Formats: sequence, structure tokens, C-alpha cells
Amino acid sequence: MKVIIDENKCVGAGQCVLAAADVFDQRDEDGIVVLLNPLPPDDLGAQVEDAALRCPALAIEVVK
Amino acid sequence: MTATQPTTRTQPTVRTCPFDLPEEYRTLREQDPIIQGTLPDGVPGWLITRYEDVRAVLADPRFGASRPRMVGGDADGATPAPPPGTFIFLDPPEHTRFRRLLTGRFTVRRMQQLTPAVEEIVAERLDDMARAESPVDLVQAFALPVPSLVICELLGVPYADREEFQRNSATMISLTASPEAFQEAREAMRQHIHRLVLAKRADPTDDILSELVQTGELTDEELAGVGSLLLLAGHETTANMIALGTMCLLRNPEQVAALRADPTLMDGAVEELLRYLTIVQFGLRRVAREDVELHGHRIKTGSVVVAALSSGNRDSTQFADAPDQLEVGRKYSPHLAFGHGIHQCLGQQLARVEMKAALGALFKRFPTLRLAVPEEDVPMRHDMLVYGVHELPVTW
Repeated sequence: MKVIIDENKCVGAGQCVLAAADVFDQRDEDGIVVLLNPLPPDDLGAQVEDAALRCPALAIEVVK
Repeated sequence: MTATQPTTRTQPTVRTCPFDLPEEYRTLREQDPIIQGTLPDGVPGWLITRYEDVRAVLADPRFGASRPRMVGGDADGATPAPPPGTFIFLDPPEHTRFRRLLTGRFTVRRMQQLTPAVEEIVAERLDDMARAESPVDLVQAFALPVPSLVICELLGVPYADREEFQRNSATMISLTASPEAFQEAREAMRQHIHRLVLAKRADPTDDILSELVQTGELTDEELAGVGSLLLLAGHETTANMIALGTMCLLRNPEQVAALRADPTLMDGAVEELLRYLTIVQFGLRRVAREDVELHGHRIKTGSVVVAALSSGNRDSTQFADAPDQLEVGRKYSPHLAFGHGIHQCLGQQLARVEMKAALGALFKRFPTLRLAVPEEDVPMRHDMLVYGVHELPVTW
């Protein structure tokens, strides 16, 4: 599983951090998404997909 | 299939149960997912009621937010442009400029770090409540002070000003306020924050308004607009979630028992209350920026579309397991209570922290909490954009 984020789309809602804190974080300065792990292990798959689904700005893409 | 004539009717507003939507929404979701009609303030528009449609429209850049607000309009729905800095009514790139300045101040981390301070505010209010003679009005004693104190502290607004800003906020979201009353309240709110901005420019303190002043990115007029918006949104919505959430939990004692037995359910319980109650009761408005086709109907440029958040949150195709029941252990599924798309609530992480602290401590401190009047005598906010209770008399 590969995760791609689009910083330009991100609106800093923080939904991804709630869904998968091991994979996503937010920059302190502007709240924009920080990808902690672009290749998360399979056991985080459900959380990552949840993060992508929750993201209000459609800024997370999951490639399998 | 292409529909030829859209159904025309008024947006449903009458509830038979305080926690349930008007019954018509169910039929609309099943049979008429888009109808043309009149909104509660008389503005003509399209109403969409299904979860998938609501999410899709709110995430679709062909629908913009630059539309004068929901109440306080003239008969034809036109209102004077919102004051500078009212970024919820801006589209990109203007919206982006404001949102980017603010998101860093409302991150998950920053808001969770506020938990001890919020818990202290909650505990103090509950101490006061315990000393008072019951019954008390939970709105005035607890649900309104907690988020008001928190947002005042964060923004750097004196809490002593609360009577004024709470009154102005209430007028701004009332369906029955005249356009003149709306304008007057909005202007009073704006001037109040404008005075604070000038004071903070001269003598910055440790708060969001001072930080924003110091960035040098916004004019004083814009700062007054941003500050007004954050102040209003920061207390009205959460106050109603706490009060209505309490009333709802009192109706569902088995859910409270489940929370007591397993406090780890609290995060999920907050999400479920947000979904179940969806206090933005008439939905969010967008305007078609080009002609868009939806369910066989052509939505013409300039038309208003209402995304009914509350209806989407009861859609059985998304929330398959009894969506009309409160179930604190429900498996998480993205709800629409904070909206969707680029305008999704900026303060949602703060709201979560506040709801969790407030509801958790309230039911722990007052295990025998109950309504002091029959449920049907609780005055519900049918007349406000933000649903909830006007008062909640409780005893213990």
C-alpha cells in the first residue's frame, strides 16, 4: 500500500490524524498534513483507508 | 432516467420527536433525492438529502460558498455582502488565504493539549452547579459557559463581554430575526472584535487574535470578521451539542450505562452524538458556479443548493444499522456533522475535546442527573439555524 498526499488540497481538518495517527500528522505552523509513512504496513490498511475516506478535501490517495 | 419536472415543496422543518428529523426526509431520500422548493427563510433552492449527494456536492468545486448567509435576507434572499474576513462565504483562492492562517492554530495536537485546561473549566462549572439549588438550567449553568470560556480564552476575548456576544450570536442565527436586527447584531459583534484587535495591536497578549495581528497578513477589518466568526462558531454550536447531547443521553440511560462500563467508548460516543443530533438543522448552502446536472435535473448557474447534513447522517445506505437509533458503540463511519469539503469545520477538534470533557464529567459528577420537567416541556430550538434547547431544567 502506498499513500500519496496533496498538500495543496489539504485544509487542515485533522481527520486523517484521528483516523491513522501512525501515518499522518499535521505541521504545527499551518496544520497541513505530514505523511509520516508513505508505505504503511498492511495492518494499518483499514485506518489509512478510513483517513482517505474522512478527508474532506480529498487530499489523500491510497494506491494498492 | 431523466426526470422532467422536479417536485416542489418547502424544506421540512417540523419534528415530531425532539431528536429525530422531520419524517419527510426519509421519503425524500428514498423517492425524491433532489427537489426544488423553498427554504425556511423563503429563499428558493434545491434540496438534496442523501448522504452520497451531500458529500459529493460539498466536495465539488462547481458549487461555491460565496453566497450571503441563511438568515437576515430580503424577500428575494439577497443580503449585503458579508463583512471582510467572513471566510465561510468565500471560495478559493480567497478562502485558502484565511484558512491557511488559521489551521495551524486548531490542529489535533494543539486542541488535545488543551484538554487539562478544558477539564478544569468543566470542573469549576460543575462545582458551581453542585452548590446551586436544583433545578438548574443546564444551558446557563454549564453548556453555554464551558465553550464560551474556552473560546474567550483562546481568542483573547474578555469573558465579561459574554452577555453581549451571546445575545448577538443568538440574533444572527435566529430564523425569526428581522434583516435589520440581523445586521445590527452582526455589526455590533464586528465592532466589538474590531476594538479588541486595535487593543491587541497596541499591546499584544497570548491569544489567537494577538497572533493573527502580529502575522501582518490581515487588515483590521478582516481580523474583525475572522474574530467574529470564530467567536460565534466557537460557542453556539458546542453549547448546543453539550445541552442537546445531555438531553439525548438522559432519554437513553442504557447508553449512559454503556459509557460508564467502558469509558473508552467516549470518543465514539461523541462522534455518534454528532451524527445523531446534527445540530446544523437546515443544512449548508452552496451556489452552482456553472450548470450542473444532478439526478437528471439541471441546476442552473447561480441556483442555491442545500446539502441537508442531518438527513445524510440518517441515511440507511451509509449507516446501515438502525440509523435512527443512538448507539454509542457504533462502528465509526464518516458523518457530516462538521460538513464536508474545504469548509469543513475548522474548530472540530476543539469541539471534540470540549464535548468529551463536558459530557464525561457531567454524568460522573451527577450520576442521578435527570430532567426537572417533562421532556415535552423542554423548549427546543426549532427557530434557530443551530438546533438544540433554549433551556434544559435538570435536577439530581
